[in-house]
Parts: sequence; structure tokens; C-alpha cells
Amino acid sequence: MAVNPDIVGREYPPESVYEVSREKIAEFATAIGSTDPAHFDGDAARALGHPDVIAPPTFAVVIAQRSEARVIRDPEAGIDYSRVVHGEEKFVHRRPITVGDVLVTTSYVDSVRSAGGHSMVSTRSEIATQGGEPVSTVTSTIVVRGGE
Amino acid sequence: MTGTPATRPSFDTVAVGDTVAERSFTLQRLDLVKYAGASGDFNVIHWNERVATSVGLPNVIAHGMLTMATAGRLVTDWAGDPGAVVEYGVRFTNMVPVPDDGVGATVVVSGVVATKDDDARTVRVDLTATCDGSKVLGRAQAVVRLP
Repeated sequence: MAVNPDIVGREYPPESVYEVSREKIAEFATAIGSTDPAHFDGDAARALGHPDVIAPPTFAVVIAQRSEARVIRDPEAGIDYSRVVHGEEKFVHRRPITVGDVLVTTSYVDSVRSAGGHSMVSTRSEIATQGGEPVSTVTSTIVVRGGE
Repeated sequence: MTGTPATRPSFDTVAVGDTVAERSFTLQRLDLVKYAGASGDFNVIHWNERVATSVGLPNVIAHGMLTMATAGRLVTDWAGDPGAVVEYGVRFTNMVPVPDDGVGATVVVSGVVATKDDDARTVRVDLTATCDGSKVLGRAQAVVRLP
């Protein structure tokens, strides 16, 4: 089943806020095997010039994927989640995501393509503070594997 | 430990062609479960072998994002500041199957300095990541701002 190309251009505005906590950063850093003190110790992060503990560069995916999940769940998209594998991911950070950030995310469907029986869906999530300061742009392509 | 200023590379001393590091990382089922919990990505193909194989996968596969994050540690450990990574992008070119055999998967990661931007004082590190000899990340590039 092909993904519906009509979802291209669809915008999913912020539905909720994401509050970045010390514990979540520590949990995520631990899960990726990082022991970098900048993720665990405010003083170590400040010694590097950050206001407080910062998240690993790929932490933004946690926030982005919550927002992108709205695309996958969109009944008009026709995406079978068990057939989804990840194709590409890219982060552009204007600054590191930091403890205490209160973030909102808008996601966009940039493209839907078909090749070799599979569908490729590219999304872009713009993560900003509630005050409107842009923090990170996350672009992602998922591959929805075709049926046999 | 990482993060001490004395061990951090500086923009002026880094040259195009420098090797950043080469390291092997092991991923086991427990790592996938931990990553699923921490990230909120509970796609069954990352923890349920029955479902994974029923949709045509060789085994449970690692989250691409876990492979990406693991390869990224090579860069953040080298830079001495995870906040120095201003851009990081990859393509997932092959899956990383993680068998439940007590050993898991081994991902070998290396990185080289590919370009320097004198105005931004950033360098681009190109990463190579393989598992069982096949490339698992393609066009893996991190832009790092150095002091």
C-alpha cells in the first residue's frame, strides 16, 4: 500500500510543550552509552560555557518524533508503522538543547516518493522555545516497506 | 574523562585529513530496550523478534537513531563538548541486526576531518560505520564548532 502523496505540504502545528528535564537528559545520555559530564553535571556544562546541563546532539529526535508521530498516525497518510524503517536523519542546532527549555514543535511533510515498491516520507520538524527562539531543525526520512 | 579543556582539539591545530578516532561499539538487546524507553520509540521491530521476522527483517534491528547516536559519541568525545556539534546528519544504508545470542552486534566507527570553515570556525567530520563489514551509515557528517 503506497503512502498518500496528498499529505505533502501538510503542517502539524504545536499541540503540546516539551519541558526538558535533567532526568530525561541523563536517561537518554545513559541509553546511548555516553558518560560525558556535560549531560549529568551542571558545573561541567558551565565550564564549557553552557548555562546548565545540555542534551546529546541526537536528543532532539525525542521531541521531533513525538511531533512526527502525528504524520504516521494521520489516517489519511496510510502508513503501516510495523513496515516503517528509518532512511535519513539530520539535525541542525542553533544552540544545544538545555535543561529547563520549554519547547514547541511544528512538523511539516516535505515530500512523499515511491521507489522499488517502497514509499519514502520526508518530514521537517522545527523546534523552538515557547518564546519563539528557534533551537533545532530536524529532518527525517522514513521508508515504508512495500508488501510482498 | 571527556570535557576537560586541556584535551579538546582547537580549530587552529586540526587539519583536513586528521583521523578523529576509531572505535568499536557493542549493541545488545538490553541497549535497544533502554534506547526504546529513553527515546519513546517503541516500534516492535526493535524488540520483538516474532514481529520483526514476520515483516521480513532478518532479526530484531537496532534503532537507526541508536546507531547514529553511538557514532556521534566518537565526535562528541573528540570535541570534548557535545554542544559543539552544530549539525549532524546520516543516511541509514543497512540495518544492524541484533541477535539474542549474548554477544549482540558490533558497530565499528571511524571519523576523519573532511573540511574546515575558517569563517565559522567549524570542521566537518565524515564518519564511517560498519557492522559485519557492511556500511550501516551513509553520508554521515557532523559539523563541529571548535574553540
